[in-house]
Amino acid sequence: MPKVSMVVNGEAATGEVEGRTLLVDFLRGSLRLTGTHVGCDTSQCGACVVHVNGEAVKACSIFAAECEGAEVKTIEGMANADGSLSTIQQAFQDHHGLQCGFCTPGMVMSAAALLKDNPKPTEAEVRHYLEGNLCRCTGYHNIVKAVLAASGQEVGGAAVAAE
Amino acid sequence: MPKDAGIGASPKRREDVRFLTGRGQYTDDIDLAGQLYVHFVRSDVAHGTIEGIDTSAAAAMPGVVRIFTGADFEGVGGLPCGWQVTDRHGEVMQEPGHPVLARGKVRHVGDPYAAVVAKSRSQARDAAEAIEATITELPAVVDMAAALADGAPKVHDDLTSNLCYDWGFVEDNRDKVDEAIRSAAHVTTLELKNNRLVANPMEPRVAVGDYNPATGESTLYTTSQNPHVIRLLMGAFVLGIPEHKLRVVAPDVGGGFGTKIFHYAEEAFCTFAAKELKKPVKWTSTRSEAFMSDAHGRDHVTKIELALDADNNFTAVRTSTMANMGAYLSTFAPSVPTWLHGTLMAGNYRTPLVYVNVRAVFTNTVPVDAYRGAGRPEATFQLERVIDKAARELGVDPIALRRQNFVKADQFPYQTPVAVVYDTGNYDATMDVLERIGDLAGFEARRKESEAKGLLRGLGVNCYIEACGIAPSNLVGQLGARAGLYDAATVRVNATGSISVMVGAHSHGQGHETTFPQVLAEMIGIGEDQIEIVHGDTSKIPFGMGTYGSRSIAVCGSAMVRATEKIIRKAKKIAAHLLEADAGDIELKDGKFSVAGTDKSVDWSGVTLAAYVPHNYPLEDIEPGLEETAFYDPANFTYPAGAYACEVEVDPETGKVTIQRFAAADDFGNVINPMIVEGQVHGGLAQGIGQALLENCAYDETGQLISASYMDYAMPRADDVPFYSVDHSAATPCTHNPLGVKGCGEAGAIGSPPAVVNAVIDALASGGKSVGHIDMPLSPARVWAAMAGADTPDGASEGAADRSLGGAAH
Repeated sequence: MPKVSMVVNGEAATGEVEGRTLLVDFLRGSLRLTGTHVGCDTSQCGACVVHVNGEAVKACSIFAAECEGAEVKTIEGMANADGSLSTIQQAFQDHHGLQCGFCTPGMVMSAAALLKDNPKPTEAEVRHYLEGNLCRCTGYHNIVKAVLAASGQEVGGAAVAAE
Repeated sequence: MPKDAGIGASPKRREDVRFLTGRGQYTDDIDLAGQLYVHFVRSDVAHGTIEGIDTSAAAAMPGVVRIFTGADFEGVGGLPCGWQVTDRHGEVMQEPGHPVLARGKVRHVGDPYAAVVAKSRSQARDAAEAIEATITELPAVVDMAAALADGAPKVHDDLTSNLCYDWGFVEDNRDKVDEAIRSAAHVTTLELKNNRLVANPMEPRVAVGDYNPATGESTLYTTSQNPHVIRLLMGAFVLGIPEHKLRVVAPDVGGGFGTKIFHYAEEAFCTFAAKELKKPVKWTSTRSEAFMSDAHGRDHVTKIELALDADNNFTAVRTSTMANMGAYLSTFAPSVPTWLHGTLMAGNYRTPLVYVNVRAVFTNTVPVDAYRGAGRPEATFQLERVIDKAARELGVDPIALRRQNFVKADQFPYQTPVAVVYDTGNYDATMDVLERIGDLAGFEARRKESEAKGLLRGLGVNCYIEACGIAPSNLVGQLGARAGLYDAATVRVNATGSISVMVGAHSHGQGHETTFPQVLAEMIGIGEDQIEIVHGDTSKIPFGMGTYGSRSIAVCGSAMVRATEKIIRKAKKIAAHLLEADAGDIELKDGKFSVAGTDKSVDWSGVTLAAYVPHNYPLEDIEPGLEETAFYDPANFTYPAGAYACEVEVDPETGKVTIQRFAAADDFGNVINPMIVEGQVHGGLAQGIGQALLENCAYDETGQLISASYMDYAMPRADDVPFYSVDHSAATPCTHNPLGVKGCGEAGAIGSPPAVVNAVIDALASGGKSVGHIDMPLSPARVWAAMAGADTPDGASEGAADRSLGGAAH
């Protein structure tokens, strides 16, 4: 079987993979980084979003072998160096942006990618960007709030204020 | 000022840190040494005779350990049904067998008939493709009316027909209801469908079976909402494993919404195969498999009639429903269209006479069972739609019509004509809150703004009531339940005063690890961080029935309170001994026991240490240690209720509906953690909006599942929904449980679909389109077709949606 080497969360990672092995299966199976989840088999749910060379990628839509030499970041690599939650992670906790937690890693990775490209997104931009991430628990309300809060913006709007 | 701790506070969720850092432990994250993988071979036809299964080529494939077929399971039981409904003629329901792997026939697309166990997942999958099954396709029944027709193909050859039961409730009222409808001043009639849904928790189901030959103990790791229920059903009814030799673990579970209540074939298979092969066996569902193997929800076809007198008082409700059971009876399927549906048909209203008829039907489709709300959304949808239609026909305000017919605040406890007694409520108060938070007074101005953009704006309002805190065991036993529905908690106080609480409830998103300690911390007066909740492992927790039916805090929380009361009583005796006082004079406040009227006191940890180091201790009177268990069986259901308002814009050119505003005013009784309660409502609203606008589980006429992936099943996404306005301040505490709580998990999904549909009908009416009804989901095509049909002079449009889809999707 071919070998693949990449840098995952700052550490060198090497393993043998089949040609058909998906990045998500390599991360979960070979590296035991089980924070990245699989919620579908048609690349729609976004539970497996990771960063490959700084870009948000659904790890079910790319082969492990394609990531030879790549820098990969997963949810396990998102906390601050001292172990505390990063701004976006903290915002999800502060605003109750997760319930069962299964979609959460993908949501956090997508939201981080959004804020890198667009540091002050509008509510509509957040909702549009997160179209590729399904959540069945939160109704998205608190996820959108969390992302807006992580961008340093007031979470306003009459509907929210009415709470 | 909001509290910062205890009951009514909103501390951040302690479970979040592990989920936010990738350190959750979901079932698929469990890999056992030497584990094998199973791939199920599933029927690709809806109905067929299995003539033969040739596994020889597959068995020779790399890595294959063993291939199982139905014959391997002849020595074990079938999957049991947990509820037996008795029909209106006094006959028990028809109850077909449900083998772990199909034998003789396959009965729905996805029905598993073989299973390949191999050393890797891909080897199992590859070998499965080499299995040669000869299956002779039989005519399938998909449509319920067709399934009930004379001469229809039978799903189960050993049953007399495809009718599971013909249930009437309240049968004694039948003639009186008929007479009331004959003599009414006005009768509004509505025929509608409650669309079939797929629950779709984001975590697909997973099962890992393990067996220890040295101890004879089997372990099943599974994505379950109720591990003890699975242990009982699988151990006692399927595999014949006594409870003490079977452990069921449901670790972190990624959402349930009902579909992870039930005992599934894959769980029994993995447990069975692990024992046969002496190695762990793991199955991870793909999403595509989930669509054809997770129990579906809803799928009712209903005719409802609402009778009113000349003053617009409701005088009777009569309903006739066909409820799809699918090909087999899933664990609690028979209870959903009956006792969880008919008993709610009085709604929030004083309607004196109600008759509900339900015919449950077998079809060649995936089994249908409880999905968030389970029977109560179906009841709410038809009732609140027919009331809205009546208001439109009578030319009265739909809110005023509802208020006029409400059970009034001074009428509780209220005996409904459908058996249940509402203990408390105030429906005018929730409607008052709704009018405020939804700014209903501002609607007309917003409508003008929409019209200026060329869009039609509609306002839809509805109420709901639900029966939660499931359920009094002696009552449900009379109604056919084959289980009790109490729950249990063990409170283990440790020597230094920290507490472990083992609960029968299971948290799969509800945040029990945060909320349950809030209750205990308030009762004792210690920090929430001193309390840990243990759940999900039958080897650790007492026998409880798990989490569904918005029951966790109302039933299991009550058990925890009762156990803690025992703890406090005993701790006071210990404190009395230490303080040389009478136990009756001991007060517990802020974590300190003191003698009333004195300055003598001892800390909580001083008492707990004494309990475990009983050197100065009344051993002749009380045992050492501080650990208590309580089982709590509720005296009644709880009755959360509320009023919801939805505002939509409809594009008259395309039929596209967008939700502009959604307001939800709920009465959940007392609330432990407002942040979590609001989150529960948000999620339920999105699921209800999804049902109303997007989601549809569709079969074609041959029984092929058309919506079998996220390519075809439209899940609500972030830009399909707005920020919601939610409020639970109009609270009337439950009168019969110690916390005064009612439960909040299902309300959003129950209360929201009729508001959406009512709003769309209102929007179309504002554009001169008189449309009686459109079946969910209100896709642009259906709305557009309804508008087109409504242009006819008589304004009739019901059924337009069906015409537009050729009647295929239901």
